[in-house]
Amino acid sequence: MSKFTTQHEDFRNLQRRLLYLRTGLLFCLLLLSARLWYLQVVKGTYYHELAEQNRVRTVDLKPARGLIFDRHGELLANNVPSFNLYLTVEDIRDRDGMAAALEELIGLPRAETMKRLIQQAKSYVPILLKSGLTLREAALLEGHRLELTGLRVQAESQRNYVHGPLGSHLLGYVGEVSPEQQEEPDFAGLVQGSIIGKAGVEKTYDRMLRGKPGEKTIEVDARGNELKTVAVVEQTPGDDLYLSLDLRLQRLAESLLGAESGAIVALDPRNGDVLVMASSPAYDPNVLSRGLTPALWEQIASDTSHPLTNRALQGQYPPGSTFKIMVASAALESDKWSADTKVRCTGAFSSGRHVFKDWKRGGHGVMDLYNALVQSCDVYFYNVGQRLGIDTIAETARLFGLGQPTGIDLPSERVGVVPSIEWKQRVRKEPWYPGETISTAIGQGYITVTPLQMAVAIGAVSNGGTLHRPRLVRAVRERATGRVQEYPSVDRGPVPLQEGTFHLLQDALREVVLHGTGGRARSRSISIAGKTGTAQTVAARVTQLSTDEEAIPKQFRDHAWFVAYAPAEEPQIAVAVLVENTGHGGTYAAPIAKALIEEYWKDSDVDDRHQIAGQF
Amino acid sequence: MIDTRSPDSFEWRFVLVALGILALGVISIYSVSPSTTPKGQTPLYAKQLTWILIGLVAFLAAIAIDYHTLARHAYLLYGLTLILLALVLVMGRTTRGAQRWFAVGPLVFQPSEVAKLVLILVLAKYFADVQRFGWIQRVIVPGLLTLPGLLLILKQPDLGTAMSFTFIFVTMVLVGGLHAKALGLGVLFTSMLFPFAWELIWSSLHDYQRERILTFWDPTTDPGGRGYHALQSQIAIGSGGLLGKGLDEATQSRLKFLPEGHTDFVFAVFAEQWGFIGVLVLFVLFAVLIFLASEIAFKAKDPLGLLLATGILSMVGFCLMVNVGMTMGIFPIVGIPLPLMSYGGTTTVTSMAALGLLLNVKRRRLTLFY
Repeated sequence: MSKFTTQHEDFRNLQRRLLYLRTGLLFCLLLLSARLWYLQVVKGTYYHELAEQNRVRTVDLKPARGLIFDRHGELLANNVPSFNLYLTVEDIRDRDGMAAALEELIGLPRAETMKRLIQQAKSYVPILLKSGLTLREAALLEGHRLELTGLRVQAESQRNYVHGPLGSHLLGYVGEVSPEQQEEPDFAGLVQGSIIGKAGVEKTYDRMLRGKPGEKTIEVDARGNELKTVAVVEQTPGDDLYLSLDLRLQRLAESLLGAESGAIVALDPRNGDVLVMASSPAYDPNVLSRGLTPALWEQIASDTSHPLTNRALQGQYPPGSTFKIMVASAALESDKWSADTKVRCTGAFSSGRHVFKDWKRGGHGVMDLYNALVQSCDVYFYNVGQRLGIDTIAETARLFGLGQPTGIDLPSERVGVVPSIEWKQRVRKEPWYPGETISTAIGQGYITVTPLQMAVAIGAVSNGGTLHRPRLVRAVRERATGRVQEYPSVDRGPVPLQEGTFHLLQDALREVVLHGTGGRARSRSISIAGKTGTAQTVAARVTQLSTDEEAIPKQFRDHAWFVAYAPAEEPQIAVAVLVENTGHGGTYAAPIAKALIEEYWKDSDVDDRHQIAGQF
Repeated sequence: MIDTRSPDSFEWRFVLVALGILALGVISIYSVSPSTTPKGQTPLYAKQLTWILIGLVAFLAAIAIDYHTLARHAYLLYGLTLILLALVLVMGRTTRGAQRWFAVGPLVFQPSEVAKLVLILVLAKYFADVQRFGWIQRVIVPGLLTLPGLLLILKQPDLGTAMSFTFIFVTMVLVGGLHAKALGLGVLFTSMLFPFAWELIWSSLHDYQRERILTFWDPTTDPGGRGYHALQSQIAIGSGGLLGKGLDEATQSRLKFLPEGHTDFVFAVFAEQWGFIGVLVLFVLFAVLIFLASEIAFKAKDPLGLLLATGILSMVGFCLMVNVGMTMGIFPIVGIPLPLMSYGGTTTVTSMAALGLLLNVKRRRLTLFY
């Protein structure tokens, strides 16, 4: 009996415990439901957001940059297709493996890839890893697409400068907007990796050239494969620029400079149009726009010939004898001197214990102002300087726009130095010495100018006293509307000198070319007026005694200047030529100006027919 | 002793609930199958349907053969299972570091799933037969019975099945064996032993298993790596919201952000598509199944039947809780499929056979007395 009872009680026991198990399981199910409520109902919106972030990627649609044309409608800059490699950090499964694969496939250094990965803060924004892949590289990467998740090769437009280095300094180049720039108001709203102008008109007119980026929203799967397009906001291409530049003359100017360092600026003195702006040595903006490797940047930055410097507006040189134009004006306007004041030039001039020499040994004999300009007599101008004093000279120089920005529509213009007593006290903390006035009178010493300033100044001499702001862009065509907006030429106001002063200067400058120091600029086809200048480099004083130019080391040779305009009677072109470290302006710079002006003149009739309105 | 009665209403309810869960599973698997299947391959949901058909055969067979007959051969079956578990370590197919499967042509068979069912049979048989209440008979001997199978499964390694194995053992010892006093002592003893046991278990785990358990504590530390499954699964479930996204808009599962959507994470797929309401329906189905199963166990005519039904209930219940718990981030990710829903031949057929055994227990309760 007991056994049966025990078994019976035992069975009841079993049943009771079974109910515990059932209750336990159902209780667990209740707990799971509570967790489910929390995930789906309490945090549902949050997780829905996360799921959307997983699913949706936005791809920036980069707008094509506006085109750039010269004054005759010749294409200077356009866009060509390029394969660019993008990477989305979030989608990468194996960072080291990917970096290794990239090194193997396209030779991208492993360390650089890893560096870019670490730099990237927003893991879902694609970063540009390499642009301008070759077709072969692009194909290789596409072939390994399945292993390399997160990588995408995208065909995009790449800035292309049709003529390579030609006009590189004024066109500039483009590059990715930097993280610091993105903080600035000018670049507000630009996504990472946007292309902006970094120099030249690309920079000044970036807002117009840039266009408006679009955005494509796509759905991707877990591997980052694009499945379908959710939404598209189309991009707007940038506006086109029509420059005042004359491509043909620019090409000639650059070939005339050749291997020498220097700058040539040619303006239209009637409206300030920049016809030529050449700076040598140049660089290839295509290379810079393609994204620089640190090594290449280092190479360009450490180049002692400074190819990135636009010498036309950033090179500051002593004007040499071209400055005699300003000193002569100061003399004519002053009651201390007149055109007829005569000086006997013996080849030397003493002031205190210093002896200042004339460039011509033995001197020029008796000179008046006109002849002193034509012969570029130093001794005559030493006397003028000594009589007028530095402040009078400085005042007149400023009237011609020296020491101030010309206001050209290019970035980073330098202004040079027009020294005065006040200037020296302020900047150098020293008094002005009278001897310094003597050298300033022939454009040496502290005074420096840019070739662009000289071109503007000689333009004002040629047109009877109107200073124009140099104009590089004549018109912008809006892509969206097709509307052409022309930029008017800007008059900076007259140079307040007497009419007679200009007449004397104009006559003298014509005579310089006909019978004076600028004889090598004399042309059979067109009447050219001009002034030579030979600017001593600072170190040149050491070697002043040597007369044989070829014997002087290159870097100690003088800078050759020539400023000119033509035709003398009715000026249409004003030119400033500066060639570094060559020698006399009459020898090295004048022939360049002549060749350029003759070329201009050859086609000037054609040029007039090319009215801007006809180009669009 | 074949029972020839036609099924009663209780059995119909039981079968309908099970078929309902199976159907929801097939729909979820269908939704994550690629829209185009490579030529010559059967889509996953069609394969799963085949498994269910085979499972139906197993289900009917498990009803047909009297569980007493099965129990008589329990030790033999267990012996055969152990041989299979040993063989799979030698000639099994290795996938992702674990050697768990026999591959016969296109068919893949996982002996550890079957082993769970056989273990239930063996333990039920043992507890039903044992007459003495000694400590040794109630705990040590069944422990020794369980151990070889457990060790062989850990060796594969298959942490999930090993845990199911342990859980089945523990519930059957608790329900079938220990007195209340001994129960208390046992709990105390186990909790004292736990630190040492933990050390032992931890050192025997593979790196990826440890990582899974570590990530469980904080899946957000490494969302692209170890915590990926856990996080994506929670995103899938949470983004389903109250009403779900429907089959087409369930991006987490359709776009494969959620890995293993057809197997271990099928619950997350379902939750994303059907939302809170849908999952409640599913939970109700499972709850009804638990109720009906415990009803069968409760009304079993003998300890063997009760213990057999209890074992099956604990097996299915454990897999359900752990699987759902891990997809919702309240349990570490271990490879345990969701019974009746996850894709997989062996697990589907075994689960259906287990349900058949339950009905077997229910049907035999009135047929004979001895």
